[in-house]
Amino acid sequence: MSENGQIYRISGPVVTAIGLDAKMYDVVRVGDEGLMGEVIELHGEKAVIQVYEDTSGVRPGEPVINTGLTLAVQLGPGLLTQIYDGIQRPLPVMQEKMGTFITRGVDADGLDQERKWTFEPVAKKGDKVEGGQTIGTVQETETIAHKIMIPPKMSGTIKSIKGGDFTVSETVCTLDDGTEIAMMQKWPVRTPRPYMQKYAPDTPLVTGMRILDFLFPLAKGGAAGIPGPFGSGKTVTQQSLAKYSDAQIVVYIGCGERGNEMTEVLDEFPHLIDPNTGKPLMNRTVMIANTSNMPVAAREASVYTGITIAEYFRDMGYDVALMADSTSRWAEAMREISSRLEEMPGEEGYPAYLSSRLAEFYERAGRVETLEGEDGSVTVIGAVSPPGGDISEPVSQGTLRIVKVFWGLDAPLARQRHFPAINWLNSYSLYPQSLDQWFKDNIAADFPEIRTEISSLLQVEAELQEIVQLVGSDALPIDQQLTLEVARMIREYFLQQNAFHEIDAYTGVEQQYLMAKAILTFQTEAKNAIEAGGLLEDVVNVPARSDLMRARFEGDYLTRIEGLVAEMTKEIAAAAEEN
Amino acid sequence: MAGKEYRTITDVKGPLVFLNKTEPVAFGEIVELRLNDGSMKNGQVLDTSDDMVVVQVFEGTAGVDRTTGVKFLGDVFKLPVSKDLIGRILDGAGRPRDGGPEIIAEGNADIIGAAINPYARQSPHDFIQTGISAIDCCTTLVRGQKLPIFSASGLPHNDIALQIARQAKLTASDEEFIVVFCAMGITAEEYNFFRSDLERTGALENAVLFVNLADDPAVERLITPRLALTAAEYLAFEQDYHVLVIYTDVTNYCDALRQIGAAREEVPGRRGYPGYMYTDLAMLYERAGLVKGKKGSITQFPILTMPGDDITHPIPDLSGYITEGQIVISRELHGSGIYPPINVLPSLSRLMGGTIGEKTTREDHKCVSDQMYAAYAQGRELRGLVAIVGEDALNERDKQLLSFSGLFEDKFLRQDRYEDRSIDETLDLCWNLMSNIETKYLVRLDQQWIDKYHPNDKKE
Ligand SMILES: Nc1ncnc2c1ncn2[C@@H]1O[C@H](COP(=O)(O)OP(=O)(O)OP(=O)(O)O)[C@@H](O)[C@H]1O
Ligand SMILES: [Mg+2]
Repeated sequence: MSENGQIYRISGPVVTAIGLDAKMYDVVRVGDEGLMGEVIELHGEKAVIQVYEDTSGVRPGEPVINTGLTLAVQLGPGLLTQIYDGIQRPLPVMQEKMGTFITRGVDADGLDQERKWTFEPVAKKGDKVEGGQTIGTVQETETIAHKIMIPPKMSGTIKSIKGGDFTVSETVCTLDDGTEIAMMQKWPVRTPRPYMQKYAPDTPLVTGMRILDFLFPLAKGGAAGIPGPFGSGKTVTQQSLAKYSDAQIVVYIGCGERGNEMTEVLDEFPHLIDPNTGKPLMNRTVMIANTSNMPVAAREASVYTGITIAEYFRDMGYDVALMADSTSRWAEAMREISSRLEEMPGEEGYPAYLSSRLAEFYERAGRVETLEGEDGSVTVIGAVSPPGGDISEPVSQGTLRIVKVFWGLDAPLARQRHFPAINWLNSYSLYPQSLDQWFKDNIAADFPEIRTEISSLLQVEAELQEIVQLVGSDALPIDQQLTLEVARMIREYFLQQNAFHEIDAYTGVEQQYLMAKAILTFQTEAKNAIEAGGLLEDVVNVPARSDLMRARFEGDYLTRIEGLVAEMTKEIAAAAEEN
Repeated sequence: MAGKEYRTITDVKGPLVFLNKTEPVAFGEIVELRLNDGSMKNGQVLDTSDDMVVVQVFEGTAGVDRTTGVKFLGDVFKLPVSKDLIGRILDGAGRPRDGGPEIIAEGNADIIGAAINPYARQSPHDFIQTGISAIDCCTTLVRGQKLPIFSASGLPHNDIALQIARQAKLTASDEEFIVVFCAMGITAEEYNFFRSDLERTGALENAVLFVNLADDPAVERLITPRLALTAAEYLAFEQDYHVLVIYTDVTNYCDALRQIGAAREEVPGRRGYPGYMYTDLAMLYERAGLVKGKKGSITQFPILTMPGDDITHPIPDLSGYITEGQIVISRELHGSGIYPPINVLPSLSRLMGGTIGEKTTREDHKCVSDQMYAAYAQGRELRGLVAIVGEDALNERDKQLLSFSGLFEDKFLRQDRYEDRSIDETLDLCWNLMSNIETKYLVRLDQQWIDKYHPNDKKE
């Protein structure tokens, strides 16, 4: 059997080989420089390969060697705090080997093979173990204990197991049948990792962003899409989620986006404190950066690399959140490869299988019972970059068919510097029903009603605004003018949130609830005061309301808000009496 | 292997030549074509296999026939780099155009350019003062940024680019910029405008020009910006210069890309542009920034004209998705006689937030720019309402905002082509203009800066 073939044709990132004995998705080494590639189509005696590195200078006739392995990631201690390219090569190692620029033909292990980790067994000799079962732990970072699990599909009785300092490839445990188990396992990226069963999500992923948690909540194990035109805030939103959401592990994929944005994360995260643990955010983060100018085939692979790492931490029983910025660039990578394959194009040149690939990817999100019987989840948040901001295009539509949460960013809002520029009229979440119990139990029994009141005020405002456009606001009856004022308060005080403000950037759900209540209190009190003869102008402009609103930028807001609301109530009542 | 000449052309289609029966030819290899009349053309391999090689010919295929000789030069496209590039004018393929000698190479750099490892990048944080109030206050330019001008035909984008080239300076140090200028399919008149301005101000001595004009081969445009950026990378990362790359017009570049796509019968994306245009543009725009351990930097100032003034057209759209903001030129402001006609509302500098402030510009910059922007946006919106309901229907606040929007355009935006305002002058001007609005309506200003800077409240 000949495992080696020869290059027949090169067209950008797509290389055709002849005489190669290969299976679909085998990883191959292409050309004299041994560029890494993956078999993506078999055609008689020809094998079509997508190459993860630049192919300039490569010639027909050069060798192609099949490794016989499929594209896989290395899983084990050392993933956290690391930044990888799309095929799990650590960027710091690449910098060491190649310098500032990414050249080619250089290999690098996903996990540091030299570093020793302290392994503490939790299983013992004689234990019967099965795939997914934890046999020991490694304190990988200050906050995260990395569970060392028996790889899926493996089982047996432990013959020996030892604690101590080991590299990821050294054997820490041997089974009866002689199988040696190291801390590192490998998993093919295009295959979802197994679990026992999927559960319906019932806990929100608390993000600290008021519009998200309060109006359009996402569940742990759910999937959300963030479409928006350029400059509308997709990246800022994704980065806020990476910083503040209450996931235990964050996988952040920069897929075909800017280099500087990844550098920013690298600069910032080690200094930012996780509001949930009080420790640097970097401790729970894995990053994948395959920027727009890096090879497209590796961009295509990057989302799979990311989600496989996410599933691996899920299998340890963690709640994992994965951000992919932007899934459109992933889809474009598919389109580019597909067009080089001269496949029959579907809509807008995307391959016909675009929507099934999107669905398969988002299906890897979920809250599961792990093989070990624990509860773990992967929440997926995908940015979408529709051409011209028009979401009637295939990637947006394919995403919206699958995800249950739609956070629609909107250019006009961004242009008004209303941030986050999430349009509250067309965004939605299908989770409230399943999450309401959580909100009732953990925040307040009337949480769902308060939410409904706030969103209906926003609806009413939209209708009134249409009239205002025609006749000006002074022509409206007083009660409707008050409604506009209340809605303005919702927008400016509640929905707007500055992602770059130390304090405003994160609001706990309890405080969100109190802020929403404060708005409704204002509405009720103002209405009473006006009925008692107060002037709208006086009632809405009481200084205590500005104080209430402005104080949210100060640290102790949660403890002060009730006092501030009481003060406002008093002043509004006084404003009515003046008349 | 280089040296053997083939006469095996089978097909010629648009800018592409198809050959068969060659030795193995490398992907991306440079090609020389010798026509029957002895004239030469250059090209590059786009597709290569045992049976067939596709060559894209930079100068177009006019005059090429089946007897044209084709020589593969054994290497990919490289630019000879050296400090001697400074002060030179080269054509769109990198050959001297100024009558000067060939460049003596200190090295040869692959023009495709490798991606900067994101881990090796350094975040840009240094303020570049352009002396143009609208930019410095509202869309601050940062060293290492890629900030394009979105313009349209007939608008004064070239004047703005030149004004920036003349005036750009780092307030933190007195380091100068080297300008790398790259013309892609612009007219000779536009080019002369650039060149004579650079010449007059002495900037030409500190500039490198790569010139492909409207009547130069269209396909050559695909390599011109790559040459310019290769020169920029060399000067920035090997010779420690701060480089300002101005290239114009990206729209012509994209049209050349579309032409190749059509000739290859590729499945077109939106409006006929190739599906890979995002990636292709990213391979230009991402060649900007700062890297750890190197002193130099590349700041990019690309100019593109929006076909039909449409910002959702694929060229501005894909650019906006890659660059770190945009400066949008407005036909309406231009029509009302305002220079520079920058519409700050759709304009954005994404690196501004992390840059401005006490250490680089001034402590009040952030709230001043927020307030200027918000007041102008509201004032502009009111113009529409006033057209329907009349000015009398406005309340006091709205009247003040409306009149402010006029002042904003007339006093803040408008400035002379040679007027170089310092950031302090710009911010003081903002305070003066905002003092026409009662302070109680200026909700985005911090009290402490009102106390310090407001002309009416200033406590000396
Ligand atoms: N929540 C926010 N708070 C404050 N500013 C914001 C917020 N969201 C967005 N912005 C502003 O909008 C700018 C653009 O946001 P961002 O980079 O996230 O856009 P994007 O949608 O990712 O664009 P692209 O598709 O081009 O990557 C930011 O630089 C910032 O100035
Ligand atoms: Mg983004």
